[in-house]
Amino acid sequence: MIATLLASGVLPVPEGPAPAANPAAIAMFVSFVAATLVITYFSARKSSGSSSAYFAAGRRITAWQNGLAVAGDYMSAASFLGIAGMIAVAGYDGFLYSVGFLVAYLTVLLLVAEPLRNAGKYTMADVLAYRLSPRPVRALASLSTIIVSTFYMIAQMVGAGSLVKVLIPGMTYNVAVAAVGVLMIVYVVFGGMLATTWVQIVKAVLLMSGSVFLSVLVMSRFHFSLSEFFGSLSHITSHKAGVEVTQDFMTPGLKFKNPLDFISLSLALVFGTAGLPHILIRFYTVPDAKTARGSVVWAMVLIGVFYIMTTFFGFGAASVLGPDFIMKNGGANMAAPELARALGGNIFFAFISAVAFATILAVVAGLTISASTSFAHDFFTNVIHHGKEHRPGEEVRVARITAFVVGAISIALAMALGPTANVAFLVGLAFAVAASANLPAIVLSIFWKRFNTSGAVWGLSVGLASSIGIIIISPTIMTVDAPTVAASARHLIQHAPIFPLENPGILTIPLGFLAAIIGTLLSNEPSAEAMFTELTVRANTGLGAEKATAH
Amino acid sequence: MSAPDHADLTPDSAAPTDIAPLGRSAPKPGHEMTAEEERGSVDWAAIANDADFKKLLASKIRFILPATIFFLAYYFALPILVGWCPGLMKTKIGGVNYAYLFAFSQFFMAWVVAGIYVKKAGVWDTAAAAIIAKFKKH
Repeated sequence: MIATLLASGVLPVPEGPAPAANPAAIAMFVSFVAATLVITYFSARKSSGSSSAYFAAGRRITAWQNGLAVAGDYMSAASFLGIAGMIAVAGYDGFLYSVGFLVAYLTVLLLVAEPLRNAGKYTMADVLAYRLSPRPVRALASLSTIIVSTFYMIAQMVGAGSLVKVLIPGMTYNVAVAAVGVLMIVYVVFGGMLATTWVQIVKAVLLMSGSVFLSVLVMSRFHFSLSEFFGSLSHITSHKAGVEVTQDFMTPGLKFKNPLDFISLSLALVFGTAGLPHILIRFYTVPDAKTARGSVVWAMVLIGVFYIMTTFFGFGAASVLGPDFIMKNGGANMAAPELARALGGNIFFAFISAVAFATILAVVAGLTISASTSFAHDFFTNVIHHGKEHRPGEEVRVARITAFVVGAISIALAMALGPTANVAFLVGLAFAVAASANLPAIVLSIFWKRFNTSGAVWGLSVGLASSIGIIIISPTIMTVDAPTVAASARHLIQHAPIFPLENPGILTIPLGFLAAIIGTLLSNEPSAEAMFTELTVRANTGLGAEKATAH
Repeated sequence: MSAPDHADLTPDSAAPTDIAPLGRSAPKPGHEMTAEEERGSVDWAAIANDADFKKLLASKIRFILPATIFFLAYYFALPILVGWCPGLMKTKIGGVNYAYLFAFSQFFMAWVVAGIYVKKAGVWDTAAAAIIAKFKKH
């Protein structure tokens, strides 16, 4: 499942020969960081300090810009390093992630993006609070947003720590994590959504160009012949537990043995995206629903092209480097950078690594702003203060403080877990919670007239609790390791898994929907039904939607 | 100077305005109105009962429902076939197996569905604009 995929971004980096200092890599890191700080500086100067400027970039982001930013938020280190690594060591099954990650955008486009933009303001909870009792719904939605974002973020930071440590010898893991954390706090606290969006755009462009170049290099190795490329994949030799095996990497099932694993994974992928808070809040940065739609289309083109290219650099790594080499040199998550080194030399290796680092930095900033926006807007303003801002600018001030706190907590947790931590489950949790808790509440409140507060509270709590619970008893956390497994790579609970599948989606997504439906039917809320008329008109006409702010 | 002390009439179901009323007495220009401020100014029920609006909704549902069922069916066919018919999916045609070709086709399926949706949505935009214009006059 995603957990395993992200594990690759997060798992311990095996001790290899100490890499030589890489001045090119350091130069590229530094120039990227400098560029993003300049962006943040100008964003901070432009921002007027109003909530809409800070949380939603003034709603003046254009379709292609937002498309790039959405794509950037989505193509995290998990996608780039993780999928490439997974395809490189497990073949076809890894490619299923690529497919699911794109098709998921149809759920976003057809069901969620436009109603959300038309009826909401800054957060995912806005659309729920529209016709439901705002305080319980916002409190729960805010909790699930913060859980999803923080866990996702810790995994990214551990990944960044490992990456930097490998690239810049002498830099310890803790220093690397602290550096990522501090940069991310700077972007978010000073630059707000505008800076975060532009950091994301810059990174998306870098990532796309790096991937295109890497794919071209791979294909040149096979004389630009697809049949030669695919032919080379039919006999990949590797060593599994000391035994040499030759496998056809195009064959499904090298990783997943149980067909239900495929289904459960696919469910979480296709429904998880439409519930990821850091993706959803991007639709508030555009002027209207039409632009939100346009930005999903831009994102789908970019994301689609990117994930098709995982064919070349994922399978390419398997074919050119071989799974054995990958596992010995930095592990699965370094497959793409190592492939770049093999094909393009040290400079290209430095470039791809810097891009991966930029990716992590940008995604972490996006996650922080989604967590802090939700805390400030949903919890502080609406739950504690009943929807009234006591002083102008208070909401933004709270969000800045929250960003600082969230950043500090993530730095502390990422350091406490250490570079060898198996925090994979944290990211698995993100998609599982998003699909099982957030999506039922969002979809039902937009489309079901009868839906009410009790239903949302049931759906959110059952979805949240069951996805966390099931992951804990799934093989991701609960597995008996062989005695030969290194202590750092051991699973957290040494017990045979109670839930057999790696992804909880197949059980928890229906459970989330079911709980939301049962909760609804158990209570009666005429006001929620009455407001459905207004929500429907707003969602479908855009009448009364939040406007872009003037300069 | 301090901002005038407005009685906040914002309903509890949504947040207050994000633009601080810094002592300006003239009504806000349209682009500064927030969703809540516009709330009282529109007769939502009248629009909801309008024939054109109902036609718009029906037209949306007529497309979105089948399109969603189609893309989910097409998408889940992949894990189902890969999981339960591995023999078939391993069959190669021109050096590539069905499993990869079907997975690859999903990208184009997604783009085509998105393309058709955008085309349809353009028509809906026009219809929605007409409805808004009609109710602005009254």
